[in-house]
Amino acid sequence: MSAASLVTVAPERAQARKAGWYRQPALLAGLILLAVILFMVIAAPLLTSYNPISQDLNATLSGPSAHHLLGTDQLGRDTWSRLLYGGRVDLQVAFIAVLFPFVLGTVLGSVAGYFGGWVDLIIMRVVDIVVAFPFYVLIIALVFVLGPGERSIYIAITVVGWVSYARIIRGEILVAKRQEYVLAAQSGGLSNLRIMGRHLLPNVITQAIIYAMSDIVQDILAIVTLSYLGLGIQPPTPDWGSMIANGQNFLTTHWQLTTLPGLAVVVTGLALSLIGDGLADLLRPGQS
Amino acid sequence: MTAGSVVIAGPPSGNVLEVSDLQVGISTRRGLVRAVDGVSLEVPRGEAVGLVGESGSGKSMTLKAILGVLPPEARISAGQIVLDGVDLVPLPTSALNRIRGPKLAMIFQEPMSALNPVMRVGWQIAEGPRVHLGYSRSKAAERAVELMRRVGIPDPERRFRAYPHEFSGGMRQRVMIAIALSCDPEVILCDEPTTALDVTIQDQILRLLARLCRESGVSLLFVTHDLPVVAQLCQSVAVMYGGQIVERGAVEQVFAQPCHPYTLGLLRSAPDVEQVRASLVPIPGSPPSLISPPSGCRFHPRCGFAEMDCTEQMPELRLLPAGRSTRCLHYERCLEPLTAEGAAR
Repeated sequence: MSAASLVTVAPERAQARKAGWYRQPALLAGLILLAVILFMVIAAPLLTSYNPISQDLNATLSGPSAHHLLGTDQLGRDTWSRLLYGGRVDLQVAFIAVLFPFVLGTVLGSVAGYFGGWVDLIIMRVVDIVVAFPFYVLIIALVFVLGPGERSIYIAITVVGWVSYARIIRGEILVAKRQEYVLAAQSGGLSNLRIMGRHLLPNVITQAIIYAMSDIVQDILAIVTLSYLGLGIQPPTPDWGSMIANGQNFLTTHWQLTTLPGLAVVVTGLALSLIGDGLADLLRPGQS
Repeated sequence: MTAGSVVIAGPPSGNVLEVSDLQVGISTRRGLVRAVDGVSLEVPRGEAVGLVGESGSGKSMTLKAILGVLPPEARISAGQIVLDGVDLVPLPTSALNRIRGPKLAMIFQEPMSALNPVMRVGWQIAEGPRVHLGYSRSKAAERAVELMRRVGIPDPERRFRAYPHEFSGGMRQRVMIAIALSCDPEVILCDEPTTALDVTIQDQILRLLARLCRESGVSLLFVTHDLPVVAQLCQSVAVMYGGQIVERGAVEQVFAQPCHPYTLGLLRSAPDVEQVRASLVPIPGSPPSLISPPSGCRFHPRCGFAEMDCTEQMPELRLLPAGRSTRCLHYERCLEPLTAEGAAR
């Protein structure tokens, strides 16, 4: 081995460590996939000339053609166009829906873990109660009571979803608060609020962010499921769940009406899961 | 001072911190551990006081009690901690938070774990001035850079933005010292700040502390088990054993002529470069249980001088000439070199 080859090895290794994130194949694949999906739903007006809710009763249930790339549904609405605009609605609702439980769960989990005692006891008993119900049973029951629509989806997902974040953050805080830097912060006369917000949270939030990535997948599935059941996004607003439900009647003759939105859900879920896994590998300490 | 706090002393005496008859109990499943049992201490303004003892002697608990950061299962059951004429023991956390930082600060043993790993060191130093002195972001940052320069961190403007893991052990301890100094406290409590460092760095840190002590008039309460460190830095020393102070006095006197067999044992079990000993003499036995301490003098089971009366009554801290005090009933025996040799056998 010559001296020259040794010289070239060293900077390469340094670069790999520094720019490790794009060497994560899962993360990279997920990011590319998600970028493509986001581009398609955001640029929907450029990719299709049809309005997703305008009906053409002269061209119902037509197959793929030059006019309608993926054909039309029973009301003559363009499937390609509905797929794009439906993704727009579902993704937007999912990304907003994941924020509320993230914030609520993080705050309550921090408070429970940091203060302990009866505060912890009360919060964790509430968590136990929520966890005791199956996820979908509680979501569907809540949306049913609150009435269909986006607002109900946000409320239901927040009420059910915060418990996971609370558990994760509480566990992390329980460990972190025993660290000496917390004692040092207390010795420096900092308030509990400041210690929680400025010192503990930045040290533990990573785990909640990683979980949020897989939680978005669950939220998208929940939104699509609710819409499929007619409890989520209300017609005429296009949405993958209602597309699956409407196409079901024509499954034997026009399989693409149900299969394509289903495939869209799977691909979107895959992209977000890959990002979640990649982030977990990247952010969890002690792993190469 | 804060409203509602009780002013105990009238005019400020020579002591900035006075601890009297402090009792700290830790409740465990096996019973109440009397971790600190009637400790009295005075820290004169601008001086460094050493607090030495082996592990479990209650020295760290004493510091935590003074700062009010005891673990949840421990509590102060009696005593006063008077800082600048104000008793800290009855104060609520909100009032304590106005004292911790601007008046009282602490330096920890392990600078790596005592610094927040995900916060830039500059902002960790600047946090105190921002919270306690009401500095703006930029003014606090300037203050942090000035402090980093004062504690000898090279290139402070650039190092301001570094994270703790990018520093060496000695530099991290300098950061800790800068944090402690950030609000110009009157007393800095040091919990074995040099134990985790290697000897050359240890010396630098001690010189730095001594210099800061001289320059800014800050007082130090220095906890350690390292006797040479106390000799180098402190003017007076208190020796703790089993949650009690067993001997107090000026450093030169205590080390030259200990008046308690435990102090004698500590000195004889510590290696010394100048006087190479044939062998170190360890103190036999192990520290006492603080749940059910031995009757009488707590050191008597390990003491070579112990008599019957040592087992019967708990000796009080007696005042000796030259401002010294000891808890030993037979301290004269420590002064005779020959019996002292026999003591450890």
